Amino acid sequence: MNKQLIKVEGIAKRYTGRDGTATTVFENIHLGIQLGEFVCLIGHSGCGKTTILNILAGLESASDGYVFVDGREIRGPSLDRAVIFQSHALMPWLTVIGNIAFAVASRWPEWDKATVRRHCQKYIDLVNLTGSEKKRPAELSGGMKQRVGIARALAIQPKMLLMDEPFSALDALTRGVLQEEVLKICAEMRQSVFMITHDVDEAILLADKIVLMTNGPGAKIAEVVVNTLPRSRTRHDMHRHPHYYRIRNYLIEFLVDRSRTFDQAAAEGNYDPRHPPVVTPGVHEESRAGNPSRAHPGAKPLVAVVH
Amino acid sequence: MSRLTGWRAPALSILLFLLFIGIWHAATLPTNARRTVDAEYAKLVGRAAATGQKSSFPTPADVGAKIWQHLREPFYDRGPNDKGVGIQLAYSLARVLTGYLLAALVAIPAGFLIGMSPTIHRALDPFIQVLKPISPLAWMPLALFTLKDSSISAVFVIFICSLWPMLINTAFGVTSVRREWLNVARTLEVGPLRTAFRVILPAAAPTIMTGMRISIGIAWLVIVAAEMLVGGTGIGYFVWNEWNNLSITNILTAILAIGLVGMLLDLVLALLTRLVTFPE
Repeated sequence: MNKQLIKVEGIAKRYTGRDGTATTVFENIHLGIQLGEFVCLIGHSGCGKTTILNILAGLESASDGYVFVDGREIRGPSLDRAVIFQSHALMPWLTVIGNIAFAVASRWPEWDKATVRRHCQKYIDLVNLTGSEKKRPAELSGGMKQRVGIARALAIQPKMLLMDEPFSALDALTRGVLQEEVLKICAEMRQSVFMITHDVDEAILLADKIVLMTNGPGAKIAEVVVNTLPRSRTRHDMHRHPHYYRIRNYLIEFLVDRSRTFDQAAAEGNYDPRHPPVVTPGVHEESRAGNPSRAHPGAKPLVAVVH
Repeated sequence: MSRLTGWRAPALSILLFLLFIGIWHAATLPTNARRTVDAEYAKLVGRAAATGQKSSFPTPADVGAKIWQHLREPFYDRGPNDKGVGIQLAYSLARVLTGYLLAALVAIPAGFLIGMSPTIHRALDPFIQVLKPISPLAWMPLALFTLKDSSISAVFVIFICSLWPMLINTAFGVTSVRREWLNVARTLEVGPLRTAFRVILPAAAPTIMTGMRISIGIAWLVIVAAEMLVGGTGIGYFVWNEWNNLSITNILTAILAIGLVGMLLDLVLALLTRLVTFPE
């Protein structure tokens, strides 16, 4: 569990505008993801969340810094890291099984058709799409499309699963069902996951660690919140746990208020971007000792009401 | 109500057709009124026109009879200047399809290259912009001079006119393939050739087919004019030959046939476009 799978060292992304002025979207991002860990990244639009995910995927390159997977620096996309895209990115001319088989045949080119088929079927069954193998994406609902996207990513058995707001385009009911299934599947497979979201409840339900990003431009990682809810949590009972509201309020308060003012507070405290503070607001408020945001009066979390 | 509206459009079509035939019929009715016709002209055109008993323009019934005659024997061959409409259409179609398929063989791979490489796109763009607006018939003398064969020259003219829409649409289709699909291929470490055939080609297929549909329409327009120039065989030559024979009924029959074949070609391409188009 202590094996560092992904190590992000000081990455930054800068753009040069038409008038020659450079904009720093984010900089000095240090992050570690351990084997079997589910990490969520939360932040407002424009802080470069998707860019970070794309850099981890190898689809974009960082202006600065390095990303290591298993101790090796990444150079471009790889079958090690599967991406689940926000807009599912299924190919409309392929059937459900065709879309997954395209990925499986890319991963194991030496496999014959029957083996590829069997392998695909296993993952179609896993995401509860049995019976829809021959349908094309246009015949599927939004939730079913995203299930195909999940099956396609899991079928290549990646070391790392990267998800870019995978459920944001779905209705609340479908989203909830899919979140639970993903939680179950990832726990069973001990899948390492890095996910972007702006849904606080989604992060608490799914993540072991929640990485908070400040607002862009010049965004950075403010804190890493450890989710202290037991891993057996479900959508239906997690709000009964005493830690739930504490964590939730802490996250919301960060998004509403501190994500904006963090830079100021950090300048006053002893914030080190290499080791962003790790906090456990779920356990008790005192865990926030040494938190630089303490200097900020608005930072006091709302006390959770737990029945 | 909805069943009624379903019949409205076809009913209106039939009504318009009958109206058209009716006006045509009325306009070509034989008249008994005496006309003052120049004596010289009367000598030249013969009794019918001079006395005004029968219109010189064929009546719908004349054309109908002619069409029936052609339909009964579309493929007769009585020497170089007297072949059935079916044979002439077959010649034209053969030329169109040859030139068109040759153009597709060149345009689709070239369009792929242009679409995939911005450098090649920028390098070839000036040539395409200059060559595209040239009337295909302007190439005819050059083709006759270099190829030294009228029939091959007609095929070349079809080739040239079919080339541009296919080339431009293929390049456009390839450049506008959704970024995500390419990203999926990249994260799966799919090679460039497999990406081209398994991702870009199916994604661009609807746009490519649209270009092919535009091309076949233009090719069918151009073949009539080209055959009028090169002569010998084909529906364009037939029209010109019948003009020299002053057989307006034959010309009208040919015009109708050209329209129907053009419609069929378009329908076939529309059907093929539907086959490769998948809604998202």
